[in-house]
Amino acid sequence: MSQLGHFFGNGISRRDFIKTCVATTAVMGLPFSMAAKVAEAAQAPDRPPVIWLHFQECTGCSESLLRANHPAPATLLLEMISLDYHETLMAGSGHQAEKSLHDSMKANHGKYILIVEGAIPTKENGIYCKVGGKTALESLRKAAEGAAAIISIGTCASYGGIQAAPPNPTGAVGVRDIIKDKPIINIPGCPPSPYNLLSTVLYFLTFKKLPELDDMGRPKFAYGRRIHEHCERRPHFDAGRFAKAFGHETHAQGYCLYKLGCKGPATYANCSVQRFNDAGVWPVSVGHPCIGCTEPDILFRTAIADKVQIHEPTPFDSYAPVDLKDKGKGASPVTTGILGLAAGAALGAGAMMARKLPDAEQPAEHGQGGDHEPKE
Amino acid sequence: MSQKSRREFLKLAGLAGAGLVAAPAVALASHPVAGANDEELGMLYDATKCVGCKACMSACKRVNGDYGSLSYEQAKFDPDKLWDAPQDLTGSTRTLIKLVKDTPKEWSYVKYSCMHCQKPSCVSVCPVAAMTKDKITGIVDYNKNTCIGCRYCQIACAFNIPKFQWEKAIPQIVKCDLCKNTNLKQKGISACAEVCPTGAIMFGKRKDLLAEAKKRLAEHPKQYVNHIYGEHELGGTNHLYLAALQFKKLGLPELKGEAPAEFSEKIQHTIYKGFIAPVALYGTLCFIAVRNMKKGNDHTAEQKKSDDGGDQ
Amino acid sequence: MSHDEYQIHRAKILTPAFWVLLTLTVIGFALIAVRFIWGIGAVSNLSDGYPWGIWITYDVATGTAIACGGYAVAILIYIRNKMHYHPLIRSAVLTSLFGYGLAGFSVMVDVGRPWNAYNFFVPSQWQANSAMFEVALCVMAYTTVLAIEFLPAVLTRLQETNWSRARSFLEKYHGRFGLDTPVVLEKLERLGQRALWLQPKLDKVLIFVIVLGITLPTMHQSSLGSLLLIASTKLYPLWHTGFLPLLFLINCMFIGYSIAILESIISSYGFKRPFEIEQLSGLASITPYLTSIWLCVVVGDLVWRGQVANALRFDFYSAFFLLEFGLVATGSLLLFSKKRRQSPRWLFITAVLIVLGGALYRFNVYLIGFNPGQGWRYFPSLAELLITVGIVAFEILGYQVLVKLFPVLPRLHGHEEQAAVKA
Repeated sequence: MSQLGHFFGNGISRRDFIKTCVATTAVMGLPFSMAAKVAEAAQAPDRPPVIWLHFQECTGCSESLLRANHPAPATLLLEMISLDYHETLMAGSGHQAEKSLHDSMKANHGKYILIVEGAIPTKENGIYCKVGGKTALESLRKAAEGAAAIISIGTCASYGGIQAAPPNPTGAVGVRDIIKDKPIINIPGCPPSPYNLLSTVLYFLTFKKLPELDDMGRPKFAYGRRIHEHCERRPHFDAGRFAKAFGHETHAQGYCLYKLGCKGPATYANCSVQRFNDAGVWPVSVGHPCIGCTEPDILFRTAIADKVQIHEPTPFDSYAPVDLKDKGKGASPVTTGILGLAAGAALGAGAMMARKLPDAEQPAEHGQGGDHEPKE
Repeated sequence: MSQKSRREFLKLAGLAGAGLVAAPAVALASHPVAGANDEELGMLYDATKCVGCKACMSACKRVNGDYGSLSYEQAKFDPDKLWDAPQDLTGSTRTLIKLVKDTPKEWSYVKYSCMHCQKPSCVSVCPVAAMTKDKITGIVDYNKNTCIGCRYCQIACAFNIPKFQWEKAIPQIVKCDLCKNTNLKQKGISACAEVCPTGAIMFGKRKDLLAEAKKRLAEHPKQYVNHIYGEHELGGTNHLYLAALQFKKLGLPELKGEAPAEFSEKIQHTIYKGFIAPVALYGTLCFIAVRNMKKGNDHTAEQKKSDDGGDQ
Repeated sequence: MSHDEYQIHRAKILTPAFWVLLTLTVIGFALIAVRFIWGIGAVSNLSDGYPWGIWITYDVATGTAIACGGYAVAILIYIRNKMHYHPLIRSAVLTSLFGYGLAGFSVMVDVGRPWNAYNFFVPSQWQANSAMFEVALCVMAYTTVLAIEFLPAVLTRLQETNWSRARSFLEKYHGRFGLDTPVVLEKLERLGQRALWLQPKLDKVLIFVIVLGITLPTMHQSSLGSLLLIASTKLYPLWHTGFLPLLFLINCMFIGYSIAILESIISSYGFKRPFEIEQLSGLASITPYLTSIWLCVVVGDLVWRGQVANALRFDFYSAFFLLEFGLVATGSLLLFSKKRRQSPRWLFITAVLIVLGGALYRFNVYLIGFNPGQGWRYFPSLAELLITVGIVAFEILGYQVLVKLFPVLPRLHGHEEQAAVKA
């Protein structure tokens, strides 16, 4: 339900605004008391300039952003940031648009946030993606020079995405493989939840620094836990209840989708918590296994139906009894048999020997012999 | 050759041997157990608060993954290796939750892990001091770099806690170390206590744990069996239990208050104190043997003289 | 001490018995290799409830008692001054050397981390509360002592040999593999000379080594009993007592005398030598007194701890207790008759009964009477048994070969030798 009309004309109500800030604070995993600080930052008059570049992409990430409700895109664009260049959303086009880009980069040199959507082809000097006569490679490098920080939105900008799927004919790579000297935040997903981006931006506005990132440059508040660890179908996994096939009765029951190829155990994301479209849905909740779109080596690298390995298995949902009845290894029939035979043979041999041994002492001939024992 | 009778020999042997070896056994009536050290660290497990979530088991394996060479245990029904399903403490599992369910109304979870005894048998018997008890924290720790793998600690432990890695070519003993080298070092608390969602595992000094346990027994007497398991068993342990079912049902054996190590050490020390007895024995025997040798030599010399004389 | 009392047993080394024993040895050692490659669990039925099985119970605890022949005879000769047992001493020492050496080897096979054994020599790792610490150091020392005690036989051989076998070997391979016959022969001659130089010096100090060889087993045999003192909750009350060290000490003594008798009779029978009745009847007269003391301590201890009812319950534990008691008691009773003490047959039978009873006692303490609770059970696996058999076979094999290479067995005199040749 679009609230753009409401926002355009009258500005946002204080209540809605605060609701937005509280919600955003929650997404970032910050304590509720920080909501006030977030609200303050969002109202600051000096909106930071943002330049948004598009390269090899489907624009899904921008579309995802447009589906956000708190803050709605209009609020974001008009009240929170100064979006100086966005090929899909900006009014201008052609030379006018390019001039805006050039002017903004010059005026805000060193201060603007660069958001990149889409992968960058590198083969043959990057001719496979050209905008305004310049290759993506050139544009990125130029824009990165004056950026305070770079946000790679979507898996394509983070790691290369679908373009980079083997055989990767254009040599597509993510921003991190080209720009090495600027702080880069990756917000992977295909598309990522818009609130991951919005929260990151608001965090930056509030605290003037980047949120804590994991070793792949992803904000930990959104990408710090595996889907498997906060999925509503986890109890089914723990109890061994799996959907056997799409449409099967077990699928209809809502059982765990691991056997259908769910990549949840290997995917770090917050889809199961944040969900999408403000409608509380995400792929698993509607019966499709997670495809691991936030991970560089899962999406478009492995088949959707392939099962993923569980690296830190957790206990199964049943309990061992206190009395395990028989522990350790007891007698095996073969061993007891052989042992019995051997013991029998030994006893027999002993008995035979006892019979063969003389009962009395030897004749007295060398009874004297003993006395001739030499002295020491 | 001396015609000293068999009787005298037996007397000598009897006195020497029996004196050395029997006296301590007789003297050992009921030796009072040394006072327990309540400043040592431990855990209080309250079975009535446990919901059987097994977060403690997961945390333990996660934290010990690299350090204690723990591995995950595959159940027979699990070809895909999806779960960690130990049936018992093993060379891969340091803590375990089990369920005792006699009737739908009478049930309890129970957590097994090292009891960190006040006077540990394992520490007493380890010949190379691979099992040690920390003087301050009281944690019973295992050092695989010293261990020879003789498994005497397994024989000694009345709770059957130390487990051995039978299936490995390079095996070691495995048991809970209260996260001494892992979580305790980094965060000051054992991983299982840290992660327990219901507070069934309480970590702290023994005196605080005992005080809390007594408080719970006093406040909710109907909820518990009126006994803190580990308060006195085998001289006291640092891992204490409260439960609603009899402890024997939970697999915790009924034990006396005397630590077995007190008994065996008393005997061992009486025999070998200051190494006096062995040295004295050696000295005495040397004296007798050399004297016998001299006697024998004299006897030979005499015989030779008489033989030579006879031959003339 | 004269070295003329002993002789090399001149007989073929490669007998059928040799080949049988060798086969068993090879099988056993192959399985030991399996144990080291795939772990202890791959060859044994040992488990966390029964971490000590047949290897510790037989190879270490019982095997060393059986190897106490040397200890028992040494006490007689050097402390009781019965020099006429002296001819028995070398074979007893050799058996003991094998017994203890292989017990040590068995330990290396049984323990999980043998490469850390050097910690026994690192003072910071000494843990003197542990009976096992004492056992380990003591057994190592005693094995060394036994080796030194056997040295005179080796030295004698080195002096007296003319290296005929070595000569023929060298002549065959002269020039190949860098073998220079004259140089090697010269080295061998020099060995003989060094032996000649060493022997009198060794003789002077030997008595002190021998007495050490009497002190050490007194310590560690009793400590083998002490090992189970800690298991008060697991060892059945019929056997768990503060008297374990004393009982194990006396037990090893009477097993020692009995095994000396047994080994002598079997040797004489197998090598077709006359039976050493005079010495053996002497040994046999001591044994019943030792066993009587042992039996009295056992009974007295049971009464004092109120376990007599348990002993007569005729359940699993009671049955094994009564069997061990019965074997030892029967064997001893029979030995109170002088006539039987001079009969090879009865010496054999009683020795077997006493050794079996004494060994069963050790089995009862270490294994049969040991119950860790919680439903654990144990029975050795076939591979485990074959490893034990292999080690014992190696022991007997070694003994057989060495008595034919070195002067170990008592020297036969004139008519005795003729009788033996005729047989």
